[in-house]
Amino acid sequence: MTDRTTGTKSVDQAVARNRRLRTALAALGMLPVLVLLAAGFQFINPRFLTGTNLLIVTQQSSINIVLAAGMTFVILTGGIDLSVGSILAAAAMVAVLVSLVPDWGLLGVPAAILVGLGFGLINGLLIAYIRLPPFIVTLGSLTAVRGVARLLGQDTTVFNSDLPFDFIGNGSVLGIPWLVIIALSVVVLSWVVLKRTVLGTWIYAVGGNAEAARLTGIKVPLVLLFVYGVSGLLAGLGGAMSAARLYAANGLQLGQSYELDAIAAVILGGTSFVGGVGSIWGTLIGGLIIAVLSNGLILAGVSDIWQYIIKGLVIIVAVALDRYRLQAGART
Amino acid sequence: MSAAVQTQATRQPVLEMRHISKTFGAIRALQDVSLSVHAGELHALMGENGAGKSTLMKVLSGAYRPDAGGEILIDGAPAATGDPIKARAAGIAVIYQELSLAPNLTVAQNIFLGNEPRRFGIVDRDQCNRRAGEIIARLGVSFSARALVSSLSLGERQLVEIARALSTNARIIVMDEPTTSLTSRETDLLFEVIATLKTQGIAIIYISHRMEEVYQLADRVSVLRDSGYVGTLERADLSASRLVSMMVGRDLSAFYKKDHRPPGEKRAVALSVRGMSDGRLLKDCSFDLHHGEVLALAGLVGSGRTELARLIFGADKRSAGTMELDGRPITIGSPGEALDAGIAYLTEDRKELGLFLDMSISDNISMGVLARDARAGGLRDFTTADRRAAKAIADLSIRTGSAQANAGSLSGGNQQKVLLARLLETEPKVVILDEPTRGVDVGAKSEIYRLIDNLANKGIAILMISSELPEVIGVADRVLVMRDGAIAGEVTASEGEPLRQEAIMELATGASQR
Repeated sequence: MTDRTTGTKSVDQAVARNRRLRTALAALGMLPVLVLLAAGFQFINPRFLTGTNLLIVTQQSSINIVLAAGMTFVILTGGIDLSVGSILAAAAMVAVLVSLVPDWGLLGVPAAILVGLGFGLINGLLIAYIRLPPFIVTLGSLTAVRGVARLLGQDTTVFNSDLPFDFIGNGSVLGIPWLVIIALSVVVLSWVVLKRTVLGTWIYAVGGNAEAARLTGIKVPLVLLFVYGVSGLLAGLGGAMSAARLYAANGLQLGQSYELDAIAAVILGGTSFVGGVGSIWGTLIGGLIIAVLSNGLILAGVSDIWQYIIKGLVIIVAVALDRYRLQAGART
Repeated sequence: MSAAVQTQATRQPVLEMRHISKTFGAIRALQDVSLSVHAGELHALMGENGAGKSTLMKVLSGAYRPDAGGEILIDGAPAATGDPIKARAAGIAVIYQELSLAPNLTVAQNIFLGNEPRRFGIVDRDQCNRRAGEIIARLGVSFSARALVSSLSLGERQLVEIARALSTNARIIVMDEPTTSLTSRETDLLFEVIATLKTQGIAIIYISHRMEEVYQLADRVSVLRDSGYVGTLERADLSASRLVSMMVGRDLSAFYKKDHRPPGEKRAVALSVRGMSDGRLLKDCSFDLHHGEVLALAGLVGSGRTELARLIFGADKRSAGTMELDGRPITIGSPGEALDAGIAYLTEDRKELGLFLDMSISDNISMGVLARDARAGGLRDFTTADRRAAKAIADLSIRTGSAQANAGSLSGGNQQKVLLARLLETEPKVVILDEPTRGVDVGAKSEIYRLIDNLANKGIAILMISSELPEVIGVADRVLVMRDGAIAGEVTASEGEPLRQEAIMELATGASQR
């Protein structure tokens, strides 16, 4: 009897040790891939790992990371948001248009965020309460909101060379660009919400097992409304960031296929496509991998066409390696 | 075949597993287990959850490769290990608890899935149906090879799985708790099929927690405990007490607990249900549930027990019906409202509807009370969550190394205790338990019974759905029996006269009306 208890206990401890090891491995995630890629590009072109270039990389990745943070919330519930690129374009249009109104200039930023939130909540209402599939709802809004974005500027590019919030896109504090500060703040805030709040635990629960969540008394529709709202809101913020960087917005071209880069960042970050498993830190690394790839391939002098092919293959291979590694972890 | 040859054939085991060990890293999942099975024999494999039965069967099916030194002999010749395809070719088929059928295909299509008879490269549907028909006829069952699997009962689906095994000429069929979700009628049918298979010389390894089944079916019983082999009993030597003590390593004299609650005692009504209907199956169900009583809801699978429970809990929409809790009318529109009112529900399907397998045990236990525990700004209170988890792990003796381990890493019995812990954290007045001991090992079963007894003694009203009659008799104070979506009757115990199994079965099957 005593023998049996101690025997089981040591087995339990071994299990716990294994789990900790696996969790540590999982937390590390794609970081090794990012490091390897950076080392490789440095080898090809020593200009890669310079302060200036790294700033460019982080700056280029910041808008995608903001979108991907929102996408992480959505994918954690087992959903998808295809409309973020279009929402970004519409929000950027609103940001520039509002900035052109005398004395209202700075309100362009909150206006963009609110517009994004609005579109996100519409997505969320259709998904959570009318129970339409997320893929279909956001595929529809991908198209419809793109139309709205074009409508807002009568299908032209709107400029404001005297943009009152251009510091967001081009200024920096202590040498760190505002874009990077915003993106990092979004990641940290997302981490707090996901890992430190009740709502965050509910998001994981809904993604892990929606029916069990409902039977546990969790208001699943509210959780869904929240995640699509967050995704829309962050797409709106992304719109303000784009507008601030470009002093302009174009309803047709801006944000085209941004949703795919955002999804790629989340998946590269190890978040499960069926929901319930994943982390915002993974998304950050996933976003950086995509930015490093784009930047490094340019520095290496690879042609635009081959950049597409290589980026696509790297995404597939990286995720395949990740799955293999996790399975190996599960076996031992 | 002459008698002498036949004896020779039966003496040579069709399957021998010798000195099988399996380690995963530091964990020893199997330690020197040997097992031999003869043609036409039903060999029962018993043991608590986590004893190593599933691992042993995964070694047999080729899903796992045994550690060096272990070997598998088929007809006396060494067979390849660690290769599922070769194992299937050698005649080994495993029927798992979770059936793997495609519901939108026909019986014949399922039987030959991935192995379709072809003509000129195209699936030969006629041949497919004809051969499937032959196999079904061999089992002596009545459904058609052209029927859609979705139109079949769970029991019939099980038989389709067996037919699929036969279609690949399986000679050794492993059945992993095949009766778990079957009605007693379906179980009888399965047993007839098993008898037919035995006469055809097929060896069956039968994993079960149910003592009665093992009594009825087994030619020999082998018991595993703590990853090791304990022993094998011949049919003539079987006894419940011996088996139980082999399995748990201790005597379980007080298996069921029903203390201090004299039958027929007057108690206050906790939950009063009137005229519950769902517009589909359930018709006008009414009953009273008292404080401090265990009321069992018995009946065949499909009689509407789970549906009624879900209606009370607000998980499904009702078309008619009212409820009173402690004399006050309540309307329940969602599980959240039910929990707020003090009604908690333990699902019968813990993996699909209960647990968050990728989340920690601690999160799983606190999931229902996160908002209640939250600090300002909706921040999680991890201290309280950990305290709740530690207390639940100690109180319910949940076997785990850490409260932060994933719920998916626990064995069935411990997962069930985690769900019970979650339910208790909401401090309910009324608890609905849907098959609380399904797929749970003997040790955990007795702990769950003790827990139910304690709750009742604290004055909590308990409605327990159970398909195991000995459990109903052993645990409940009173029994409601459902049939065809309505409450068919009530069975009560009185002083000196315990609940009668026959009375329940008569009501459940409608035998009393004939």
